[in-house]
Amino acid sequence: MKARALWHTAGVIVLNAAGNFALSMGMKRAAAGAGPVLALLEPAAIAGIILLIAWMLLRLRLLQIADLSFVLPITAVGYILNAAMGAAFLGEHVSLTRWAGAVLITGGAALTSLTPEGGAEMQRQDPEAGRRKGEAA
Amino acid sequence: MTAQWLLVGAVVACTACADLLQSHGMRRGGARWKVPVSIVFLAASFFSFTQLLRIADLSFAVPATAASLVVETLLARVVLKERVGWKRWGGAMLAAAGVALLAL
Repeated sequence: MKARALWHTAGVIVLNAAGNFALSMGMKRAAAGAGPVLALLEPAAIAGIILLIAWMLLRLRLLQIADLSFVLPITAVGYILNAAMGAAFLGEHVSLTRWAGAVLITGGAALTSLTPEGGAEMQRQDPEAGRRKGEAA
Repeated sequence: MTAQWLLVGAVVACTACADLLQSHGMRRGGARWKVPVSIVFLAASFFSFTQLLRIADLSFAVPATAASLVVETLLARVVLKERVGWKRWGGAMLAAAGVALLAL
């Protein structure tokens, strides 16, 4: 694995966690009377949205240089990182069952995305695939 | 607590609809109008997520929305007629168990 892909992966994981963290902080800081849209104008919420846009763009760049089967399982660790940031910086009480839940979800997301791409399914969905295969033979 | 789970449900339902529409719309012969409609669902999903973050812990909100993995796996099998292998079912079940733990 190239160092560039590893740096991009680290960036994707950190930007996602930082974006969700800032968004969470902003939404909780918003005045109680602020409506659902007005609450998004809280500076921390705006910062969170900008970070999440940066996360999406960097993730697209990562998908250009690394396999999806590498990207999806490794970025699933973000579920645990988000829980850790909530506990460390937002003063959230994360119970043992919540930690266990986050770990199970990360494992489940990783296992789901480790499944090989469905080439057979794609061919079945492609109405011309059978005809092209026949022509090639 | 009920409001939290209602918002989790909204995020999961909107995300699943968006992904389903995108997957179907982007396929060969698929209806292209589904892609812009999926953007509306994605926006609704993000908006619901911001409202969830307003009333719920970050350590709950982000993992809980992973329930979309389970719903999308089911929909991929039922609606898109995809073949879903045991690893993907196993992963979805693990995620479901994780979300169930969050509810305790």
